[in-house]
Amino acid sequence: MAVGELADTIAGFALFADLTTPQRENVVDVFTEQWFADEEKVLRQGFSGSGLYIVIDGAAAIRIDGVDRATLRAGDYFGEISCLLGEAPTADIVAIGALRCLVLPSTQVESFLKANPNIMFRLLQGEARKVRTTTKWLS
Amino acid sequence: MAELEPKPFPPGRYPLIVVGSGPGGLQLTYCLTRLGIDHAVLSQDDAPGGMFRRWPVFQRMLSWTKPYTGFDRSSREYERYDWNSLLAEEESCRGVMPGVMDGTSYFPSRPEMERGLVLFAERTGVRVRYGCRWETTRKDAGGDLVLGTSDGEYRAPIVVFAVGVAQPFRPPIPGLADVPHYGELRSVESYADRRVFIIGKQNSGFEIASGLLPWARQIILASPSPAKLSVNTHSLVGVRARYVQPYEDSVLAGGVIILDASIEELKRAGTVYQVSTRNARENLSLVVEVDDVIAATGFTAPLRDLPELGVRTVGQSRLPVQTPFWESASVPGIYFAGTINQGSQGMMKHGIPSNSGAVQGYRYNARVLARHLAQAHFGVKTARRPMAADEVIPFMCAEARYGPELWHQRSYLAHVISIDADRGIVDEGISPLATFVDLEGPDGAAIALESNGHDDLYPIVYVRRHGAAVKEHLLPGHPLLDFERDEHRSAIAAALEPLLSPSLSRPRS
Repeated sequence: MAVGELADTIAGFALFADLTTPQRENVVDVFTEQWFADEEKVLRQGFSGSGLYIVIDGAAAIRIDGVDRATLRAGDYFGEISCLLGEAPTADIVAIGALRCLVLPSTQVESFLKANPNIMFRLLQGEARKVRTTTKWLS
Repeated sequence: MAELEPKPFPPGRYPLIVVGSGPGGLQLTYCLTRLGIDHAVLSQDDAPGGMFRRWPVFQRMLSWTKPYTGFDRSSREYERYDWNSLLAEEESCRGVMPGVMDGTSYFPSRPEMERGLVLFAERTGVRVRYGCRWETTRKDAGGDLVLGTSDGEYRAPIVVFAVGVAQPFRPPIPGLADVPHYGELRSVESYADRRVFIIGKQNSGFEIASGLLPWARQIILASPSPAKLSVNTHSLVGVRARYVQPYEDSVLAGGVIILDASIEELKRAGTVYQVSTRNARENLSLVVEVDDVIAATGFTAPLRDLPELGVRTVGQSRLPVQTPFWESASVPGIYFAGTINQGSQGMMKHGIPSNSGAVQGYRYNARVLARHLAQAHFGVKTARRPMAADEVIPFMCAEARYGPELWHQRSYLAHVISIDADRGIVDEGISPLATFVDLEGPDGAAIALESNGHDDLYPIVYVRRHGAAVKEHLLPGHPLLDFERDEHRSAIAAALEPLLSPSLSRPRS
């Protein structure tokens, strides 16, 4: 997919909602596009080395100890927790059908977020929603 | 000379066809021939060498061949230091490159690289039908792939495309279609005292900038995001050190300007160009007037009509998406070899890709692919060496220290040993790591090398047992990259302890 086309695609994603077109082009330039076949693993539970992944199209399962817990779709992102904490992913992420993602290696996540505070804030909002959902579920 | 032989492989049906005579195609046909696989090789070129018959434009490679290493140049250990020679079993065909280099650099010149590939083709006797251009592709009712070529029609159930990634790519920027691309650079003298705008901050852009330093009055390199440097990424991702001089010139204010900006438009105004740029961070626009613009905007794979046949591609380079054994993920029977193997992403641990884009990486892919094709499609069983239990740990340590496949294809190719109560311990050879980790198979272990993007590389052992999820065991690094030390033997022993029972102490017949 061409840079311009990808930049247009991510314009609709919450994570990049505050960005200008050149800023979205910059994101697309920094990230790498990857494609996964059905049932192909994107991240592996317990393995070192991670990345920040953004689903461009398709879907992926969050699979913990072989059990599917949730589904990720276009605009969703994953891998951010293992990148931020420097720990191995706690789940397998497995493609459901064809899956296309943008990926940023874990080693570049910190500098990328610091250089893009709007994206950092949106990511923080996403993490806050996850905490809220977990808290509600526990209470 | 190979190119003077009468044309082999007339049009017709073959069990397998390889398209391309660059290093990827040469390496694959050599390995297939060694395994006794009947196949044809077609190439539009007149002689071996692929893109190295023309490029790099400044006529020197980015990949090194270190002449003096303490290892015999025909040894397997030497391959770690020689990124450019193709692989062979016969001693006279191994380590060809140091023999053709003149000693002025450990980066071969382009003519030296081309000479090395021609010598490999001559010495190994690989056969290629040169001057035969692949033009169209279709599938017939029987499932054969049908290649329309300049010499007629070819059919085969399996076709391997080793056609490189050297087709110029221009992003859809207004005005960009009219400026020269990387390969269309004029003579350097013609850039004397001119202001040159280079679009793109990867190796091709920095190569041109390096070459024009003694000629251009001003050089501007621009693309949306900052340049990455290989010395920072600890991988082949980023600009190689050989081309970093323009970067230093820029930071020391010598006349090179490096802009992090999108290129919005190019306009010709008389004898000059007006280049409109916009900085992403501050959203600032800047119009730059220059005398020349060069598009160093990358390359695509020349897949012709394969996408219409269903071959799925990814990224700006239109790389075909591939399985771990380099088969199209969407059209069975179509495989790829050579630099186009970048489309098989592998584990991408720590975000670091394989070295499949370079000779030192894909030469090993070709050998693994040949073995896979032989087994999967031709019923050829390649020998596996039985091992004694007490061999396993020293063997894995030695592979970590010297195994060239592991050094050049980190987190991508691994040496696999199966450890099975019935079959005993067997050296399964080199395999894509993703297949060992993600597919079912006998109990066993795989050793690989890994980089994390900021430290020195280190060995890693993956253990598969009783169908459970594969476990990884990171081994300690070492300042001298010596992975045959007590701490490595102990770590491997601990990782393998559940598998290496006394009953497996002797190899089975």
